[in-house]
Amino acid sequence: MRTCLVVDDSRVVRKVARRILEDLHFNCEEAEDGQQAYEYCATAMPEVILLDWNMPVMSGIEFLEKLRQMPSGDSPRVVFCTTENDMSHIQRAMMAGANEYIMKPFDTDIIKSKFIQIGLIDEE
Amino acid sequence: MKISDFELYKSLLYEKSGLVITPDKSYLLDSRLTPIAKKWNFASLEAMTLQLRAIPDNKLIKDIVEAMTTNETSFFRDTKPFQIFQETILPVLLEKRKIKKTIRIWCAACSSGQEPYSLAMILKEKEALLKGWRFEIMATDISDDILDQAKRASYTQFEVQRGLPIQYLMKYFMQIGETWQLKDEIRNMVRYSNFNLLDPMSRLGSFDIIFCRNVLIYFDEKTKGDILNRMSTQLENDGFLLLGGAETVLGITDKFQPNPEKRGLYVKTQPKTDTPSATGSGSSTSSTSSFTSGLFKRT
Repeated sequence: MRTCLVVDDSRVVRKVARRILEDLHFNCEEAEDGQQAYEYCATAMPEVILLDWNMPVMSGIEFLEKLRQMPSGDSPRVVFCTTENDMSHIQRAMMAGANEYIMKPFDTDIIKSKFIQIGLIDEE
Repeated sequence: MKISDFELYKSLLYEKSGLVITPDKSYLLDSRLTPIAKKWNFASLEAMTLQLRAIPDNKLIKDIVEAMTTNETSFFRDTKPFQIFQETILPVLLEKRKIKKTIRIWCAACSSGQEPYSLAMILKEKEALLKGWRFEIMATDISDDILDQAKRASYTQFEVQRGLPIQYLMKYFMQIGETWQLKDEIRNMVRYSNFNLLDPMSRLGSFDIIFCRNVLIYFDEKTKGDILNRMSTQLENDGFLLLGGAETVLGITDKFQPNPEKRGLYVKTQPKTDTPSATGSGSSTSSTSSFTSGLFKRT
């Protein structure tokens, strides 16, 4: 089963994301901030990372920039999932190597649609 | 809603738009027509029904029909049809229309515009390849309100996240406050017109591709057959028809044939010729001639 790492400082968001991702047949791991995510990736690279922007300790964008420097750090598909919903944030995320971008609030449809776009799942 | 009232709306909707309302959907009449009653300053839905029975006002009827049509849509809805458009249909038509260099597409029942705009974005992406070509995208719907929305091309954050790749959002949209405005370079590629699928289609001209997705499901068999038969006369003989995933021509019309490998894709059934094939063995029967265009491998 493929693994999706959910990086968000909100327990509620992680829980909602986990439910959706498990429905899409992903094994779900959680991290509370960029630092924890970085440590997780140092031991095992997940297939997908659902990434919040604003978090304590290390932000999502900072983590993404570090991730892409790591050995095999280019392999995970990174989908930002954040309340930051302006063009400049989107552009910055994509420049840093994100694969897709979700503006919160999100629901099953949006996650599914984005995962289809980047070829993670098939349209049934 | 009273049975007699239900019957009134049922026959009205069928007659004016072909929409079929079954008794289990009568709650839809209540929920969608109550706002119309309010808009027209009736004290209640019942009051509007009474008035309608006595004086059938055409403007009111138009509002009722529009309120009862379903506008569910999204950018690149279902993904596959757009892949078929890009990878299967376009290459064939680019070859077949290389003299004329014009391709006409009809999005029948286009709702708020996501389908025609998705096609327009695909074509924009291929701009370099399509130099010198003219693409006409004609999008029609029965509802003026929804056509206004489509023309405005201003979408909510929710709408631009369903099916639209982020690169397209960055390239082709501008953020204006809470909404996302499609840029004119895409907007201007689509022409809109109010059109009821029950009306004669000849004024629309002929098309190379017809997208008619997720609209036939609202009609009864007879109306479906009638619409498809008339669409076949608007479609060039080597043109393509795309239907929704839950729709089919089987048992409804013999004017179209499904492509066995591409769900939702149909071609016109070619008329049988009386003269037997002179080439003898190895030639396919005339009714499948359209499948030998190289598009569908039938070996």
